[in-house]
Amino acid sequence: MTVTTPVAKTVDARGLSCPLPIVKTALAIKELVSGDLIEVLATDPGSTKDFVAWSKTTGHQLVESSVDGGVYRYLLRKK
Amino acid sequence: MTATLTRPALPTALVEGLDDPETDGSVKTNELVIVAESGDLERTWATTILASTAAAGEMKVSIFFTFWGLFALVRPEVRITGTNWMQKMLSMMNRPGIDHAKLSKLNFAGMGPWMMKKLAKQYGVAEPRELLEMAQALGVRLIPCQMSMDLMGITADQLIDGVEPAVGAAAALELMTNADASLFI
Repeated sequence: MTVTTPVAKTVDARGLSCPLPIVKTALAIKELVSGDLIEVLATDPGSTKDFVAWSKTTGHQLVESSVDGGVYRYLLRKK
Repeated sequence: MTATLTRPALPTALVEGLDDPETDGSVKTNELVIVAESGDLERTWATTILASTAAAGEMKVSIFFTFWGLFALVRPEVRITGTNWMQKMLSMMNRPGIDHAKLSKLNFAGMGPWMMKKLAKQYGVAEPRELLEMAQALGVRLIPCQMSMDLMGITADQLIDGVEPAVGAAAALELMTNADASLFI
């Protein structure tokens, strides 16, 4: 799936440990409006499962999830 | 009679939530109450990690700070609390403020917490104070215990900004009764 909407915000959580990637994303997504895309960069390997779970509990859709050279990238759409 | 071993059925809502990727999760707001009784660094850490993560997951979170836990809410610049010599002695021997929490073991006169915070920085782990600030920004309610405040002579103006008015045990119990999970840390 190709995402054409521009990313409204990027959270750089590289080098940060649990629960910071999730907590920082939750803080950042508050400032966006419904439908906005948020990009998260992280290096915590546990973040993959965390973002799947977080997306389920909050309803913010996990649009993309990828890893490149130890950097995880998540793209979420605010509900 | 044939005995069949079956796993207890999961509540429908939960099963649907697991199977349906489109679930918006907004059916029910979960509520967490933490009673923060300990002022130990490792326990304060557990409290602030759980509270901030739960709030990030859009749970309603309240923390009731009682006894030694209350010192985590005292402003960092406040050195001595209380009016009589016994209360003052308490705060002298147990410096208030979330940044001054001691480890329950391996404290080594502050060497333990210093090393722990140095390690935390190295591994990108946030300190309790940062986690508490983020928890507040995500709407976590910080509620002090009135009895502990009276006992230790701590006044409302000595507490950090954004703390709710102090309440008693009955109000704390009411919160716990209505919550989905209550923790005593």
